[in-house]
Amino acid sequence: MTVIHKSPSGSDVRGLTRRGLLARAIAAGATFVVGGGFVAARDAAWAVETAALKPETMAVLIQMARDIYPHDRIADRFYAIAVKAHDTPEQAQVIEEGVAGLNLVAQAQGFEGYLAAGWEKDRVAMLRMIEHTPFFQTIRAGLVTGLYNQKEVWPVFGYEGESFSQGGYIERGFNDIDWL
Amino acid sequence: MADNMAKFGHDDASVVVVVGTGSGGGVLANELAQRGVKVVALEAGGRYLPEDYINDEWDSFAQLSWGDMRTTSGDWRVARDFANLPAWIVKAVGGTSIHWAGASLRFQEHEFKALTTYGPVDGASLLDWPITLADLEPYYDLAEKKLGVTRTNELPGLPGNNNYLVLEKGAKAAGYSKVSTGRMAINSVDYDDRMACQQTGFCFQGCKWGAKWSAAYTDIPRGEATGNLEVRDHSHATRIEHDDDGKVTGVRYIDRDGTEQFQRARIVAVAGNSIESPRLLLASASERFPDGLANSSGQVGRNYMRHTTGSVYAIFERPVRMWRGTTMAGIVQDEAHHDPARGFVGGYELETLALGIPFMAAFMDPGGWGREFTSALDSYENMAGMWIVGEDLPQETNRITLNRGETDRFGLPVPNVHYDDHPNDIAMRNHAYAAGERIYRAAGATRVLPTPPYPSTHNLGTNRMSENPRDGVVNKWGQSHDIPNLFVSDGSVFTTSAAENPTLTIVALAIRQAEHIAAEMEKGAL
Repeated sequence: MTVIHKSPSGSDVRGLTRRGLLARAIAAGATFVVGGGFVAARDAAWAVETAALKPETMAVLIQMARDIYPHDRIADRFYAIAVKAHDTPEQAQVIEEGVAGLNLVAQAQGFEGYLAAGWEKDRVAMLRMIEHTPFFQTIRAGLVTGLYNQKEVWPVFGYEGESFSQGGYIERGFNDIDWL
Repeated sequence: MADNMAKFGHDDASVVVVVGTGSGGGVLANELAQRGVKVVALEAGGRYLPEDYINDEWDSFAQLSWGDMRTTSGDWRVARDFANLPAWIVKAVGGTSIHWAGASLRFQEHEFKALTTYGPVDGASLLDWPITLADLEPYYDLAEKKLGVTRTNELPGLPGNNNYLVLEKGAKAAGYSKVSTGRMAINSVDYDDRMACQQTGFCFQGCKWGAKWSAAYTDIPRGEATGNLEVRDHSHATRIEHDDDGKVTGVRYIDRDGTEQFQRARIVAVAGNSIESPRLLLASASERFPDGLANSSGQVGRNYMRHTTGSVYAIFERPVRMWRGTTMAGIVQDEAHHDPARGFVGGYELETLALGIPFMAAFMDPGGWGREFTSALDSYENMAGMWIVGEDLPQETNRITLNRGETDRFGLPVPNVHYDDHPNDIAMRNHAYAAGERIYRAAGATRVLPTPPYPSTHNLGTNRMSENPRDGVVNKWGQSHDIPNLFVSDGSVFTTSAAENPTLTIVALAIRQAEHIAAEMEKGAL
């Protein structure tokens, strides 16, 4: 996975120090900064490098992913991981065109671009306008597995995953409900 | 695999060839082998045993599912949500008996007489079975012993998990009384060299303890141990051949190396589940049988049934953790009877069901997004769930056909699955959604999610049994009306779907068919 988790000290990861990264970045909406070949969180807690897509495009995809499946207790980096699969030469054209189209929709709504809309409801209204496009459906369908099949997000939902190695739940609360 | 596993030559015309090794074919193969009949079983999938099964929904799906290209049509929602995945069944030695949840209910007496009981229904091709409950009872007895069904043969019921306890509380508060942890082919105590259930969950992903019955690790190895059964895995049947007398002579298949083979046969039994079985018969069309084998009635592929289904999930104030323990942990049977006053014929069962987060995201509201969707998932820990399984009506136009516009990796036309909901199915589903909601509200639910049907797990009826050769494909023994040495041995022989999960009945019919075939061979009649 190409999402780089920055350590709290901002130590050097692939030459992207926190300070250096922020110095080379410009704002992309309220949440992200983008620079040459990367998208990062505002606090530079994580960054994702892009290969085939423009960093600005990746920033839109990450926000779009959250707006499609908004879970306030799931961090942006998991959405970044989920959409990173589209960062391929094969998909680049379709994705770039799709994001450009979404930005045009935003401009028609009086925003500078998709990321410039500060309220989720405004962005969701734009997504509703494109939800039948192959672009939207590709992103949404990819998220179903790309987001929810990340084992790291399962604890947010309380889901415990694999249980055989722990002997199942026969001794671990299969019938422990106490409020009925 | 047994040390003395048989090897039969491709030219050995004395063998019975069974296509498919699940609850129908796997049981038939073993039951014939136990009776001294030589059997070659062709299985399209690979061999996976409990140590291979994976406690992970998508990884297991990739390991076990029948993922070959299929197409869909009709007004059923599955065609929209899962256009190329109409069915969620298994491609492996042991077939869908690896995946099933274990519910083992006998059909009700009237369900063998659907036409007589319900009367003609517009748009439905209802028919009585050519057998009665009394005919099948001795074989239900044998099937329950084979599977180790709880609450039969003095085997205790399973304990209820959290998901069941919520269902039980709500159902009783809503006025239902036939509420229990059901009859399950999951060991409640050690039985038949298999251990008791450890409440692990992941019943759909293959039971890693072997506590749930599957042909994969019971009938198959036991059949092989007789020296009379050879199972060839990764062997995909493509065509059944016949001679000038119109009797079948063997089966063409593609082996694990991609090489076409031909296995001669004295008898062929088709048990590839209700999509592949009619597909194989249709694909075997010849000059003499231009519409496919066993199809003088035109009924091959028709009357596809998949049960009236849907799920009801509900969210409560406090945690349920429905995924812990058996997936199908309990049942409400008060609506299983026939009472047309409810606005539909036939009945339905309500059975607990749990999905993990990955599958819940995929199946709760396919295509859904936004906060209505995610706020439900945010309460996943507080969810309980149940599945509706009810009798759907046979319709001639609900059918499997060969889609000549799409081919599989062997260049063969893929099956198309067409299904339109009958108004009776819709009325029943809506009634069941309301019942499910009433149950969960009675247990304190704060939000109820009427969830659409998943890809079909119960695929039935496409080679149906009939008294009159004009009305169906096989007779009461599963023997083709047209070709005496061609049998069908899976759920595709169901004349009607009944309300119950089909596996126990498939197993009972396979045992009965094995007894019949062996006896007829003994007499020299086959």
